[in-house]
Amino acid sequence: MISTHDISGPYAHQKTSIRRTMALVMVALLPATLFDLWVFGWPAINLLVLTLAASVAAEAGCLSLAGKRLPLFLGDGSVVLTGWLLAMSLPPWAPWWIAVLGGVVAVVLGKHVFGGLGQNVFNPAMVGRVALLISFPLPMTMYVAPRPLFGAGSPGFVEGLSITFGGWDYDALSAASTLGHVKTELARGVALDQAMGGTDLMALVMGTVPGSMGETSAALLLLGGLFLIARRVISWHIPVSMLGALFALATLMHWVDPARFPGGFYHLVTGAAVLGAFFIATDLVTSPVTPPGQLVYGAGIGILTYVIRTWAGFPEGIAFAVLLMNAMTPLIDRWVRPRVYGRTLRGEPLQPRRKA
Amino acid sequence: MKLFRIRGGIHPEYRKEMTAGKAIEPLPMPALLHLPLQQHIGAPAVPVVAAGDRVRKGQLLARARGEISAPVHASTSGRIVDILPFAAPHPSGLAQPTILLEPDGLDEWTDLPPPLDPFSVPREEIARRVAECGVVGMGGGTFPSAVKLDLGRKFPIDVLVINGAECEPYLTCDDRLMRECTAEVVDGVRIMARALGVERIVIAIEKNKPEALAAMAAESAAFAEVEVVPLPTRYPMGSERHLVTALTGRETPARKLTADIGVVVHNIATARAVHHAVRLGRPLISRVVTVSGRAVREQKNLDVRLGTLVSQLIEHCGGLVEPPVHYLSGGPMMGQAMPGREVPVVKGTSGILALTAAEAHERDTMPCIRCGSCVTACPCGLVPVEMAQMIRHEKLDAAARIGLLDCLNCGSCAYVCPAHIPLVQYFNYGKGRLAALQRDRRKQEMTKRLAEQRAERVERLDRERKAKMAAAKKAAAEKQEGGA
Repeated sequence: MISTHDISGPYAHQKTSIRRTMALVMVALLPATLFDLWVFGWPAINLLVLTLAASVAAEAGCLSLAGKRLPLFLGDGSVVLTGWLLAMSLPPWAPWWIAVLGGVVAVVLGKHVFGGLGQNVFNPAMVGRVALLISFPLPMTMYVAPRPLFGAGSPGFVEGLSITFGGWDYDALSAASTLGHVKTELARGVALDQAMGGTDLMALVMGTVPGSMGETSAALLLLGGLFLIARRVISWHIPVSMLGALFALATLMHWVDPARFPGGFYHLVTGAAVLGAFFIATDLVTSPVTPPGQLVYGAGIGILTYVIRTWAGFPEGIAFAVLLMNAMTPLIDRWVRPRVYGRTLRGEPLQPRRKA
Repeated sequence: MKLFRIRGGIHPEYRKEMTAGKAIEPLPMPALLHLPLQQHIGAPAVPVVAAGDRVRKGQLLARARGEISAPVHASTSGRIVDILPFAAPHPSGLAQPTILLEPDGLDEWTDLPPPLDPFSVPREEIARRVAECGVVGMGGGTFPSAVKLDLGRKFPIDVLVINGAECEPYLTCDDRLMRECTAEVVDGVRIMARALGVERIVIAIEKNKPEALAAMAAESAAFAEVEVVPLPTRYPMGSERHLVTALTGRETPARKLTADIGVVVHNIATARAVHHAVRLGRPLISRVVTVSGRAVREQKNLDVRLGTLVSQLIEHCGGLVEPPVHYLSGGPMMGQAMPGREVPVVKGTSGILALTAAEAHERDTMPCIRCGSCVTACPCGLVPVEMAQMIRHEKLDAAARIGLLDCLNCGSCAYVCPAHIPLVQYFNYGKGRLAALQRDRRKQEMTKRLAEQRAERVERLDRERKAKMAAAKKAAAEKQEGGA
C-alpha cells in the first residue's frame, strides 16, 4: 500500500470504491437471479450458495497464502461477483462438486495465480465454466425444464438437497436448451423451421425455458444491464458492439440461407447473449480500458460467438469467445488509444495554425 | 455563442456555497509581513532594501532579475526587519529568501508612478507598466503578466480570453471580484486587449456563477469587442488549453503555447491588477483569498496584504473547528499542500483550504481493476492507468511516448479512481525523474564532448608540434646544405 496522498493532489476524491462498483453489479444481477432461483427451485438455490461458498473460501485461502489483508480484500466484493456469475453460467441442477470445483478453479486458476485482484488476464468465472465444460461435458449440459418454486413438480427442500448431493437421478427430467436442441436438429439435417418448431421466442425473452440460470430471462438481465449503464459502472460500448456484431452477422447469414441459419433476434435472446454482453464481457479487469478499444473487443466477442455457435462443436460460444478476446485485450489496449490533446492520432504534434 | 466539445472532465463536489455569498472583507493589518523574493515563475527578485530601512506602501523592495521575473513591493509602510530564509507555501516546506517587513500602522503610500491613459500611450508602455508593478498570473500560475502581454509582438494574436471559469472547487475569489469589482475587471480586460493589439475579447464564466455572469454582461454591454460567454460547469474547464478549444475550436499543438494558435488567456484577478497598475500606478501588493474548508469555523473571502501569514487568515475566520488533514494553497484539485500555517500568502494564493478527513475522502490504495474511469475522465485523451503502470516499473521513456509530458496534472483521473490510486503522484514522480534523467544525459553528453574536444586538441597540438619540429629540422638541414 502506498500512502502518498499528502504529497500530490487531488485532495478531494469522488465517493467511490471498488466495493461500491461490485455492489452495483450485484444489484443489477439480483432481479434476474431471484427470478431464475424461483424458476429452477431449491437445487438452483443450493448451487448458488455452494458456488459462492467455494469461491469465497478459495479467495480467503489464496489471500492468506499471499499475506494480504483479509478484511480489506475480501470486502471488495470481487470474489462474490465471480462466484455469482459462475453459478449463473452452470446448469441449475448441477451437482455439488461442479459448484465447488468450478468456484475453486475460477478463483485459484482464474485469478490468484496471476496475482489476484486486477491482475488476471482471463475472466475468472469463464475460466471456471470452460474448465468444467471441457472436463465434464455431461453434467455441464444437463438442463431441466423450469419448475417454479412451490409449484407442481418442483422439488422440495429435501429433494433439492438430494439432487444437489447426488442422491437422486434426475435424468428423466432433463431437457435440452434451445440452442442445443436447434443445433442437434440442424446437424441431423432437419430444416430450420422444423428444428425451431415449438421455439417460443417470447418464452426465451422471459426465461421460462431450459438452460443455465443466466441463459434465461433475457429481459431481466437487459434491465440490469441498462441499470449498470445508467449508473456508469459500465459504458455502452461493449454490450452494443457485441450484440450488434452478433445480430448483424446472424441476420446476414439468415438472409444468405434462411433454411439453415436462424435470424438475428434468435441469437440475441438464446443462450447467454444478454448476460454475456452486459455482465461477462464487460468485466472491468479483462476488457480494454479505452472506449474505441471496447468497441473492437465487443465486436470480436460477437463475431466469435456466432462462429462457435454456428460452426463449432458447442451449441453456446460466449464463454470461449470472451476468453479468446480476453487474450486480445493487451493488444487492443496497445493499438487502440484515444487521440492525445494537441497531437494527431499517430502521436505527432498538431501543426500550429498559420494566420490567414 | 456556440461552444466546442472538449473531451473528458469531471463533476466534482464544488462546495462553493460556503463562500460564494460572502462579500470580500479586508483583513486587519498583521504585526509582521513575510515577503518571499520569489512569488512568481522565473528568476527570484533581487532585494534593493536592507534591514533597518524605512519603506512606504507600494515601494520597490526587490527588483526583477532578467526577462522572466517580477519585482516585489511593500504591502504597507514600515521598517525592514531582516532578509532571511523562511518557509515557502510549497509542499517541501523549504525555506527561501524572504523580506520581513514590520508595519508602522500608518499604511502610507509611496510616490506612485503617474496614471497612464491606456488608449493613448504606445502599446509597449502598458506591458512595461504591468512589469514594473509586479503583476503575475493570479489564478495560481504566477507567470509574469507583462511577458504574456508582449506576446502580440511575437505571435499573430486575434483573441484575448479572460478565464473566469474558476473551475476549482471551493474557490470563489474570482466570482466575488466579478460581482464586486466589475468595472475594474472589465477596464483591466480592455487594457490588456489594447496591450496585445487584439480586437476580440471573450470573458468565459462557468454557469454556476449566475450573479457574476449577469454583472459582467451588464458592465461589458457598452463595449462591442467584449463578449461574455457562459460555460458549462465542468472541471477542468479553466485549463487554459481546453478553455481555448471550447471557445474557439482551436487546439493548441503539443509542446506549444495558446499564442501559437492566436489566443492569449488571462485571469480575472490579473485583469483587476492590471487596471490598478495602469490607471492608478499601484503595484500588486494585495489579493483576494478564499478561506474555506469545513475545518475552518467561518469561511470567508478576504482582501489580504501579500506576506500575511496563513495562520492570521485562519484566526480571522474564527480558527478551526477540527484539526484539518490538509492545509492547501489553491483549490483541492491542483492546489498544493502547505507544510503548515506559518507560511505567507503570495501573489498566486487564490485560496487557503483547511480540509477535514470527510471532505478529502482519502482511502487505502487498492489494486487497479482497469475500470477505465481514468481514461474517460482524462481531458487530454491519455490512458492514465497505463502511464502509472509504466512509471511503476521505471519505464519512463515508454510513459513519455504515450503522453506523460502532455498531462496537465489536473487530477481528474485520481479524483474518479475507485481504487484510490494516487495517479498524479506517479505522474509527478515520472516527470521529475524524466527531467533529472535528461539533465544527466545532457551532462554526460557535455562531459563526453569536452573529453573528445580535449583529446582532439591534444592530438592537434601534438601534430602541430611535430610538424613544427619537422619543419625546423628541415629548415636547419636546408640551412646546413645552403651553408655547405
